[in-house]
Amino acid sequence: MKLKEAAKTSERFTGGHRLCSGCVAGPVTNLIMRASKNPAVVGAATGCLEVSSSIYPYTAWKDSFIHNAFENSAATVSGVEAAYRSLKKQGKMEEDFDFIAFGGDGGTYDIGFQSLSGAMERGHDMVYVCYDNGAYMNTGIQRSSATPKGANTTTSPAGKVIAGKQQYRKELTDIMAAHNIPYVAQISPFKPQELMKAAQKAFETKGPAFLNVLATCPRGWRSRAEKGIELTKVAADTCVWPMFEIENGEWKLLYKPRKKKPVEEWLRQQGRFKHLFKRGNEHIIEDIQEHTDKRWNYILERCGERQ
Amino acid sequence: MSSKVALTGNEALAQAMRQINPDVVAAYPITPQTAMVQTFSQFVADGEVDTEYVTVESEHSAMSATVGASAAGSRAMTATAANGLALMWEILYIASGTRLPIVMPVVNRALSGPINIHCDHSDAMGARDSGWIQLYAENAQEAYDNAIQAIRISEHKDVLLPTMVNLDGFITSHAVESLEILADEDVKEFVGEYQPENYLLNADNPIAIGPLDLQDFYFEHKMQQAVAMGDAKQVILDIAKEYKELTAREYGFFESYKLDDAEVAIVALNSTAGTAKAAVNNLREAGVKAGLLKIRVYRPFPAEEIADALKDIKAVAVLDRAESFSTNGGPVFADIRSVLYDIKANVEVVDYIYGLGGRDIKVEEIESIFNDLQEIIKTGQVENRITHFGVRQ
Repeated sequence: MKLKEAAKTSERFTGGHRLCSGCVAGPVTNLIMRASKNPAVVGAATGCLEVSSSIYPYTAWKDSFIHNAFENSAATVSGVEAAYRSLKKQGKMEEDFDFIAFGGDGGTYDIGFQSLSGAMERGHDMVYVCYDNGAYMNTGIQRSSATPKGANTTTSPAGKVIAGKQQYRKELTDIMAAHNIPYVAQISPFKPQELMKAAQKAFETKGPAFLNVLATCPRGWRSRAEKGIELTKVAADTCVWPMFEIENGEWKLLYKPRKKKPVEEWLRQQGRFKHLFKRGNEHIIEDIQEHTDKRWNYILERCGERQ
Repeated sequence: MSSKVALTGNEALAQAMRQINPDVVAAYPITPQTAMVQTFSQFVADGEVDTEYVTVESEHSAMSATVGASAAGSRAMTATAANGLALMWEILYIASGTRLPIVMPVVNRALSGPINIHCDHSDAMGARDSGWIQLYAENAQEAYDNAIQAIRISEHKDVLLPTMVNLDGFITSHAVESLEILADEDVKEFVGEYQPENYLLNADNPIAIGPLDLQDFYFEHKMQQAVAMGDAKQVILDIAKEYKELTAREYGFFESYKLDDAEVAIVALNSTAGTAKAAVNNLREAGVKAGLLKIRVYRPFPAEEIADALKDIKAVAVLDRAESFSTNGGPVFADIRSVLYDIKANVEVVDYIYGLGGRDIKVEEIESIFNDLQEIIKTGQVENRITHFGVRQ
């Protein structure tokens, strides 16, 4: 999307919400909502975005909004979308609508995974957006299956014998692609026009679309508030968060760093990885590098790019 | 024009759903409800309804999608049983707290564990405090009639609460009964068009549903919900009156069967009430003044009315088809005993927990309970306040 075009879109997720300073879920949501061309019904899973944007009697959403519970934003919005199809079919309403479900990585990768899979498989015409900040930030930084290996969280703390989270993160974007839905993208907000373009594609797609968006959490990542967007660029340049889309089964790379940077650059800027730089933990960083390289090569191969 | 048909309870409920023609049904199959949603799916496949049928992947999503569909501004239904209801638990409270007029048949079945697919009321009794209106039915006819009335009750502007339409698993859901079903156009007219005031799919007036409700408002919203549950009582009676004009079938909070001059009485829900009626008839022939109070509306609980109906009875046995593990009797017993305490009635109330996991209860067994009550009157002594009836020791 061209910058001029983007600037003309209206703000539908307004200021005055109570997200933390430096939280990237806010700008991600704002950009995605700007890409919608119809009135929308927005669903949100219980989580940071939800508790910060709709505290009775206020709302930061200019569109209709529904929060049901933690694990069911996909099922809830699928019900809204089914109602829309039914009423439209019966001639009881005319207007076009967009349907969006937002969830953090907790509500998406973990507790809401079944509900998401069901909604995608059934083919509802909706966009599911995961703002992935890599832990349960709303309840105080507990590990999720999206938490990167080595990260210090309150349920995978770096201790005397265990150095933070032991497992690699789950590749949810690939799992969504395996649902053979028409549009899946893994993106980052440091390329706002790319993000809006992907969101626009997702809205224009007939059927389900899934967007996985990296969203810095300065509290959980132990990073500087003003570095939020910049860190998502570091994630792309170190290839820990590759940006790609799968449109009707075709994989396409959306960002290739000019020069791939070592993962240390990503790890060093975040307090949650601080313990990895202690003597004796070098092998963990080596493992993370190896895993990142393997994953990056896999993505390149899937996207038909040269390694 | 109504017609006399032979249907199972599940088929009768599927017919009710076809005639109600909800905009959305999101349901997951579970024994003994399965035939209901299968039959309804066929109506969808054959174009006999306008319904969008959402084939969700679980009951949790069934209730979640039904909440979404109802909040969107459509008439939405689902149906379940036992563990399915248990999986919905979290969202039951959200449906009622969000004031969504969802109607859901619940085919009563024992909750696991151990796993058992047969009838008892542990599923619905556990949900009695979830803010749903609960209707119970002796047979398929009543379940059918309750389902149609439930739409009007739930959607009434003074109520806006969801309703569970209970019927006994297998006993009612699978047995073929002769019943009258209304003409399609009569049901259509009776339930009317659903016209919500505020809903998601209104671009001119977007709303936020389910926001975070903190110390400053939550309590007031819960109070409003409690008031609505109270107001539902009159609405239930008004709708029943209207329904009687259409069908000549009479419904209230409960049915009093030979209760007026009774000295001993049984309180029961669902199909056991039919068995109890046979026992009452036999005892009446033998000169015993026996009666039955069959609860139809359990939530809201018609406390004053039940107290009034039981105040002159000398001994009452409550039949609870659920063990609450309070060690103080089953859920219905607790409610009944409490209302009689309030009016200082001179009546002994005892509890019989029976029929768990589908164990049959027979006419002569209920007669033996009436005999126990007579013994209580004779001796003035209550030997067992709570009995697990028919269980092997």
